[in-house]
Formats: sequence, C-alpha cells, structure tokens
Amino acid sequence: MSSSNQNEGAGRREDSVSRREFLVRLGLTGALIAGSGLAARKLWQPKHFVPGFEKVTGQQLKSYAPETSKVLPSLAIAHGTEHEKTIRAALGALGGIGRFIQHGDVVMIKPNVAFDRPPALAATTHPEALRTVAKLCFEAGASKVIVADNPINSPTGCFLKSGLTAVAADMNLDLMYPESSSFAPLSLDGEILKEWTFFNAPFKRATKVIGLAPCKDHNLCHASMTTKNWYGLLGGRRNQFHQHIHSIVSDFALMMKPTLVILDGMNVLMSNGPTGGRLSDVKPMNTIVAGTDMIAVDAYGYEHLLERDIAELTYLHKAQSRGLGNIDWKNTLHKEVQT
Amino acid sequence: MKLNFNPRDLLKLRNVRRVAQVFFFSLFLFFVFVTDLRYLKGYPVSLFLELDPLVAFATAITTHTVYMGLMWSLLLILPTLLFGRIFCNWICPYGILHHVTGWLLGKRRADERERIESNRYKKLYGLKYVILIAMIAAAVGGTLQIGWLDPICLFHRSMSTVILPMLNLFFPSSIYVRQYFHVGAWIIGFLLLFLVGMNVLIPRFFCRVLCPLGAFLGTLSSAALWRIDRDTTKCVDCDLCLKSCEGASDPQTQLRKSECFVCFNCIEDCPEDALSFKFMPPLKREVTAPVVTGRRAFLGTLIGLGFYAFGRTSGASARDYDKKVIRPPGSVEEIDFLDRCIKCDQCIRTCPTNVLQPALMESGLEGIWTPILNMKIGFCEVNCTLCGEVCPTGAIQRVTIEEKTGTGPFVAEGPIKLGTAFFDRGRCLPWAMETPCVVCEEVCPVSPKAIFSREVTIIKRDGNPITLRQPYMDPALCIGCGICEHECPVTDEAAIRVTAIGETRSRDRRLLMDGGVTSALNELEKRQR
Repeated sequence: MSSSNQNEGAGRREDSVSRREFLVRLGLTGALIAGSGLAARKLWQPKHFVPGFEKVTGQQLKSYAPETSKVLPSLAIAHGTEHEKTIRAALGALGGIGRFIQHGDVVMIKPNVAFDRPPALAATTHPEALRTVAKLCFEAGASKVIVADNPINSPTGCFLKSGLTAVAADMNLDLMYPESSSFAPLSLDGEILKEWTFFNAPFKRATKVIGLAPCKDHNLCHASMTTKNWYGLLGGRRNQFHQHIHSIVSDFALMMKPTLVILDGMNVLMSNGPTGGRLSDVKPMNTIVAGTDMIAVDAYGYEHLLERDIAELTYLHKAQSRGLGNIDWKNTLHKEVQT
Repeated sequence: MKLNFNPRDLLKLRNVRRVAQVFFFSLFLFFVFVTDLRYLKGYPVSLFLELDPLVAFATAITTHTVYMGLMWSLLLILPTLLFGRIFCNWICPYGILHHVTGWLLGKRRADERERIESNRYKKLYGLKYVILIAMIAAAVGGTLQIGWLDPICLFHRSMSTVILPMLNLFFPSSIYVRQYFHVGAWIIGFLLLFLVGMNVLIPRFFCRVLCPLGAFLGTLSSAALWRIDRDTTKCVDCDLCLKSCEGASDPQTQLRKSECFVCFNCIEDCPEDALSFKFMPPLKREVTAPVVTGRRAFLGTLIGLGFYAFGRTSGASARDYDKKVIRPPGSVEEIDFLDRCIKCDQCIRTCPTNVLQPALMESGLEGIWTPILNMKIGFCEVNCTLCGEVCPTGAIQRVTIEEKTGTGPFVAEGPIKLGTAFFDRGRCLPWAMETPCVVCEEVCPVSPKAIFSREVTIIKRDGNPITLRQPYMDPALCIGCGICEHECPVTDEAAIRVTAIGETRSRDRRLLMDGGVTSALNELEKRQR
C-alpha cells in the first residue's frame, strides 16, 4: 500500500485531493454520521406501551343552550296541519326565533336521516320541517346554516332520498357528510359513554345547534325522539350502544346542550321503528313540540304523540335522576297553541 | 492451489475477514438456537435485526419512531460511512451463507478466466436499488415491506420456519421437544433453495442483485472515507483482481464503491500491488454513487406506492379483516402492525406452543408472513410474553406478564384480549351428541373462568336419562388465548373457536361497549363475594 518511488511526483499529483474537496467530503460524511445519530436519538421510543390501553383525551362539547328565562316558556306545543305554520306557531309560543338565533350566527341543524327512506314513511326528518327551520334561521339573521348527520345507511342515499339534499341545494344550506376526516375524539363523564369518536366538523363553525327530530317508535329503546337524535353525532362502533341503550341515550343529554330542539309530530312512526317501511306504520298527529329541555319535549312526545306510558321509557328517567332535564313537562313553563 | 504454508499468511486481511465471518455466522446461529424458552436467558437474540439500519430506517419512516434496541443500528451506519459495505462480507450472516454456498456451488474449480468473467459488474445488479426504492416508497405510503428481502429478516424467517423444523424432522427432538409446524413453510423453503441455488449462475446472486440492505448500505457508502484505490501506473490490466471479487465492483477499472463489499480479495489477488485501501482517494477514478436511472427510480416508486395502495384498498386491514388474523399478545393495532412488522418471524421462533404461524393471505397482501395465531396447532400461554420480548420493532410491544393478564397495578385496565371464543353447538358433544365433555371449561385459564357450564338432564335416544354439563361463554372474561379450541376433542374443526373480534389492541374490533373487561369482571367478582 506504499506508493512507489519511481513515480512519486506524478503519483502525488494524481493522488492529491484539494483542500476544499477534502473538507467537503469529510464534512459530508461527518454530517451524515451526526445527522443519523441525532435523528435516531430524537425518534427513539425507549419504552414499550400496551396497545389499546393508551390514554385518549378528547374534546368536550360546549353548551349551546340559550339563557334561561323566567318569563318565556321552555316548552311549546303547536297543533296544525302544515309544517311551516305549525313550526312558526311553536317557535312563536317560545318567544320567537330571535330568542335563539341572532344576527351572524352559524346554525347547525341536526336532522335524523338515519335511514334511506322517502319522507312519507316518517323515518327521517321531513324536508318541509328542515326548510321551515332553515328559513326561520335566515330570517333571524343567521349567516350560515349547516345540516349534518352520520346516518346508519349510506349517507349520500339517506340525504338524497329523505329529500334533504334538495332542500339544502334549494336554500343554499351547507350539507356536511360524515367524511373520515370529520371525526375527532370526544371525552364525556357519562354513565357508559367515556371516550368516543365524534362528528366534530360542524362544531368547528357552529355557534348555535338545533336538533330537528321526527317522532318514532324504536324497537329497542321504545322511542327515538330529540334525545336519541344525537346518536347521529357519533361515529365508531355505534352498534355496541345497544348493549346499554338507555344509559347511552341518557348520556346524550349530558353530551349535548343544544340551543333548541324541535320534535316533528306531524306524522308519527307508531310501529316497526326506527325504520318503518309501510304507510300504515305512520299516523298523522299534526303536532310540533319545541323547547330547550329535550327531556321535557320527549316526555310530551312519548305520552301524547306515541301515546304510551312514560314509566317504561327508562332513558328519560335516567336523565331526570341525573338532573339532565325535566320529565314532568306539565310542571315546566309551557304553552300549547293551535294554528 | 499450492501448499507452502507461511505463518505470516495467517495475518492476511483475507484471513482476518474469515475469522470475523466465522464469528458472526456462529453468533447468528447461536442466537437462533437459543431463541427458545429453555435457553433464552436474556441473550439479545434479535441483535442482528436491531443492528440492521434498513430496519431502523424503514420503521422510522412508517412509525416516526426508532423502537428500543433499533438504536443499535447506528453501530453499523458508522463503519459504513467510514469504510463502505463491510457489513456485507464481514458480518451479514446471509451474505456469509451466500459467500460459502457460492464458493461450494460456484466456479471455484473453473479456470481463472471464467471466474474473472463471472465477477464483472452487470447492469442487472442495479435491480436492488429499484427494489430498495420500491420498499421505501411503500413505507412512505404506509406499509412496511422490507422484510420480504431484507437479508436478516429473510434468514431469520428461513431459519425459524424451514431450517430448524427440517433439522428436527431429520433429528427428532434436536431443536424442539415436539415437532413444530409452520403453515406454508414449503414456500419459504423453496424460496431459500432458489436464492441459494442461483449462486450457480451468478455468484452472490442475492447480494448483488436483490438485497435491499446492500442497496441501502451501498448508497451510504458513497460517502465512505476509505476506499479501494487503483494505482494506474502500476496496474497492468490483468483483471486478476476480479478473480475473487465478491461484490462485482469493477476494481480493475473504475471502482464501483457502492457495489464493493470491502472483502479485500482484490488487494491480495493483485500481483502488481496496484490496489490499496486508502483514506480519501480522488473520486474521479471511480463510480461513486449507485447507478440507477431516473426512469428506473420512478418505476420503483410506482411499484412501491402501487403495492401499498393495492394492498390497502383490498380491505384486509380494514372492513374486510379476516377472523383468523389473531395477533400475538401486545401487538399494536392492525394498521400500525403493518407499519412495524418486518416478517422476521422471531416471535414464531420463540413461541413455546407453536401457535404463532406465518400468515399467507389472511391479513392481505401486506401481511404475508406476519405472525398470526393458529389454535389448531397451538394456543397462547397466559404466562408468556416471549414474542414481545424478541420483537425488534415493537409490532408486538414488550409487555409484561402483569400488563398482559391485567393483574397487579393493571387490574383497572384488564387483560389484553386476542379475540373471543365462540361455541359451535352443532359440533359440541354435550350440546349436540348427548355426550359429556367440557374440556374447554377445564382448561380455561382465567379466573373466574370465561367458560362456564350448566347441568342438564336429558333423555337420551335410547330412553335413558343422562346428566351432563353444557358449556357457555362469557365474552367479557374471554381473553382469546385459544386453549379451549386447541384442547377440544373435535380436532379438525373445534366446537369452540376463537376469532379476532374483541381484541383489545383495536378500539374498532371490540365486541363489548365498555371494552367488556373491567365492569363485567368487577360485577362478577362482586356477585361472587
């Protein structure tokens, strides 16, 4: 490996690496060594973890509830034959939409479009109900109305066939589908619901939340009304909720503090719920119930629209005993009107 | 070959290298052998995998972390950046395997000219860089596939699933107390034979043509400070340096540094003393960087991203997951598992019950040769976490027995569940055949038992009454260990079978709302008090 003597001069010239090249090459190799060391140190995971048991901390939903009023009713019942007139009457009895929606508000309306059904089967929020509530919001000065739900059936089909896609297009509402990026973890100190994945995209912009639910029979939990409607805000493995359905539904009353809930009892799905499927399952009850306390609204709905015994509706009693609402709607400030 | 022994020859670099090769190959074999409950006394049996910089680099891409012992890979990066690919011909056990088999099968008896021709660089040798690019592109996409061809993963896998079971077949109880079986071992076996056999056609075929680790180290060695240098004033162009050139790196002309295995054979084979290993020789005399055209690199990227996309959108890691993909205890969630598992099958080697098996298509294209549990062959021993102990990448996290069983400080979390057992009443002796059994209840290892039975008295077909116990399953207590399925007397398709649903590693694959662990267990314990 020693160089030969006879060609020393020439060899040295050829062997020589300029000082600049020497430094550059040394620097490059040194930088690679240092860089890989630093990168590995920075990325080092020195400890194991137990998969599936990592602590998840999700966000909590803020309250969208209006200020409580000692003068205005918290529950209104309106009877009538047309959606628009009856909803206007109910809202009027509560003190008008202006009590809930102010100029510039971004309103999120949560319909129940869980199933791919036409409006006549009363398994989904009626398009006329959505149209009226959206119109009222705009009249109160809302800058934007968002419509969002995470249905059981295919989202696009549910919105389309329930007629809500057409209303949203017609009135320039912001229809939000449950895309995979629309969800985030939610934390709740519920009876069963602790950490769950949540349809949070609408809540990034919404300043007010209105629940707009049909009044329906439900095979497992007896009835799906304004409290059960919040099921559509959750993602993940919702088919596990059925293992503790009454606890979960009562947890919804803790999770969501809406500005207003509206129970559409114009046509009520009396049997074969929550999907329905025959017109004979549907009974016209010509009533809209609106209020700030979803438990009171549902209590009225169960007794007077589904015409059943409130004693069996466990989730309302659970919510009542946890102070999440008032099941005794007659003893709240309420008003009943006819159109 | 002349036999004139000179003691000074012992100190030749070639002999020093051979000592290193024997040492590292023996060390590898030793680690493979002791990866067994009886001998595993804290030996770092996955050290070669942890030293492998491609494993550390590719898992860093997919997981943004360097798991525990993978930091050791820095020990290999350093000499590569100083000297080049010394790993390939000094340390790599798979390289040594091909070195030796290439020597045995190859052209060692052929004349000098033929050997020289077989060691010339070929364009084909650029393929390994395309393979590396494809694997890195797949990793960037989100699936770790280096294990297909990374030599350490490949050799460990071949050892665990082919060579050791074969040894034990020929010499019973030499490796295992009872013969081990591995699903699809024949595929891995023929692949090994193929790769070894190719040395007949092209010496070091695997190392020169396919090895992604060699390509990775070759890329790094572009920056090496010490390199083989040819003194053109001495060189007589005899090409004898090629006679034993392992890497086919063209030392007779412009050295291809990224192909050079630093075996030093050329230096010692040069009759003119024209070659030397020098600190920072001028680069103009060599081909410094790997030769891969932009088009080939682009093609490699497309193949890698395509592999990821085709595999992922086939759905096997999502909605269409297979009930048979029951992962070892401590495994991370499936998508993360595919980010971490290098298919080295060390877990399969160390598993004391043979329950761990290399998957074929169960977990999809991406999961070929990743470990899954096969309860027909074995079951998961409750008080065992060896698979996580030897996993170099944390695909199976290094959980403790207490964490696995949900005992001690982990009572509130509950046990790690691998899946849930379901009865098939049509095949169950007490349920369908008027015959007493409940072996499943007997072997159920959790306390209180997940399997319980109710006594019934039925009138048999012959008119006589029989009292027997019919078994039930409490899904909140079942940990999915599979011993019930393994011990069931209906051995071809057991009357109780574990499927992946209910595994705790994934929130999406749980069966019960509250995880079904703690509250149900607490309630049961309260009831029993």
